[in-house]
Amino acid sequence: MEVGIVSYGAYLPRYRITPQEIGRVWGTDGEQMSKNLLILSKSVPSPDEDVITISIEAARNMMRRCDVSPQDIGAIYVGSESHPYAVKPTGTVVAEAIGAGPNLTVADYEFACKAGTAAIQTCMGLVGSGMIKYGVAIGADTSQGAPGDALEFSASAGGAAYLIGSENVIARVNRTCSYTTDTPDFWRREGQCYPSHGGRFTGEPAYFKHILAAARSLFSIMGTKPADYQYAVFHQPNGKFPVRVAKQLGFTEQQIEVGLLTPFIGNTYSGAVPLGLASVLDVAEPGQRIFAVAYGSGAGSDAFDITVTDAIKDLRREKAPTVKELVERKKFLDYATYAKYRGKIRMKEGAE
Amino acid sequence: MTVARFWRENESRYNLIGTKCGNCGRLYFPPRSVCPVCHRKSLGKMEHFHLEGKGEVLSFSIVHDAPSQFELQKPYVIAIIMMDEGIRLTGQIIDCEPADVTIGMRVQATIRKVGEEGPSGIIHYGYKFMPLR
Repeated sequence: MEVGIVSYGAYLPRYRITPQEIGRVWGTDGEQMSKNLLILSKSVPSPDEDVITISIEAARNMMRRCDVSPQDIGAIYVGSESHPYAVKPTGTVVAEAIGAGPNLTVADYEFACKAGTAAIQTCMGLVGSGMIKYGVAIGADTSQGAPGDALEFSASAGGAAYLIGSENVIARVNRTCSYTTDTPDFWRREGQCYPSHGGRFTGEPAYFKHILAAARSLFSIMGTKPADYQYAVFHQPNGKFPVRVAKQLGFTEQQIEVGLLTPFIGNTYSGAVPLGLASVLDVAEPGQRIFAVAYGSGAGSDAFDITVTDAIKDLRREKAPTVKELVERKKFLDYATYAKYRGKIRMKEGAE
Repeated sequence: MTVARFWRENESRYNLIGTKCGNCGRLYFPPRSVCPVCHRKSLGKMEHFHLEGKGEVLSFSIVHDAPSQFELQKPYVIAIIMMDEGIRLTGQIIDCEPADVTIGMRVQATIRKVGEEGPSGIIHYGYKFMPLR
């Protein structure tokens, strides 16, 4: 059975803040931070946005592009590390808001920045086994970095939704594989507002080791090499890591350019690879092949080998904003407004 | 507001579901179980009606003195929207500057947080309007 992406949709909040502005407040060289991280600005959710509203916006954009009845959706999985509720699934609100259910299964996923791709794999399994007709996989986050921490320069917000099915597949997933170990490079304990991380430990033994292992494993299974793909998307905690990992694997800058969004919107965590892949699907032509590898701290990587099909010509891509349009829709904030919007200012009870 | 009372309205607030009187054809939002014009003739004939979510600003006000839950968003815009289906809704206009809102401006509905019952309470989601793109 051919299983793959039937439709997709993306969403990004419109607010942005620059590393220079964050650095100005904390006495850090924001200009240097911007160069080190290769981040020009990051997205910021408004006070009335959270992972639920971002997931719904992305899912509605996904549904606008196709003719699938929401009643045919048998599963919704939302991957995020910033679900608004610790107990009450994000997916329940998403299902109701897109007119799916109640005869479906829903669960929230958490695996740092790769929970969205884990959701895609789950939906592929359910569709492939015939348990459901369509599944929705969403990766979305409104990630937080502690004030003044290096993470604050990159942690941003956004998400993308994927309709996984076996009919009218616009992008066939030829194969997916994963690589997972117990590597404590980044974590957040229950009840803590901000995550902690191992600094430089997040690089070689974490991001690079897992992405390289998953990618090489997929090359080996498929008998492919980087030149066989038109596009490649890698998890992008900053602008530099994905460029370096792509080079190590033998991909060119042209192959990763379309899916590299972090320089403009920051690290959208669970939304990162889903958004990068959506950006590629916005421009992809039938027959083109996409290589995508997500990374989630903790740690693991999910790799995907995808081929765009002729059906993409029939997908109404123009019915929803492209990722490029969402990236360009922006308003810059000063740090004080950003701090207010992100709940970093202690308020009197009643004002939330 | 109790959890149950708000929960009953989720369907209409998430997806702009109103009702249409099966007797006279009038549309209502929020949904009504009885048509105020047809009274008992409408009993059992009120049908669900899905608004497409597009409309134009009929009038608006910029709120500077906000209720506590909206402190973070002020100044913000509250507007009466004439929906394309011919009924009026009141809602917040977001994703644009208050100075850019004009009477007659085309808008479309979206979903956002509309409130929450404190840091440990339920979060309420509902429609707001953004400029039509």
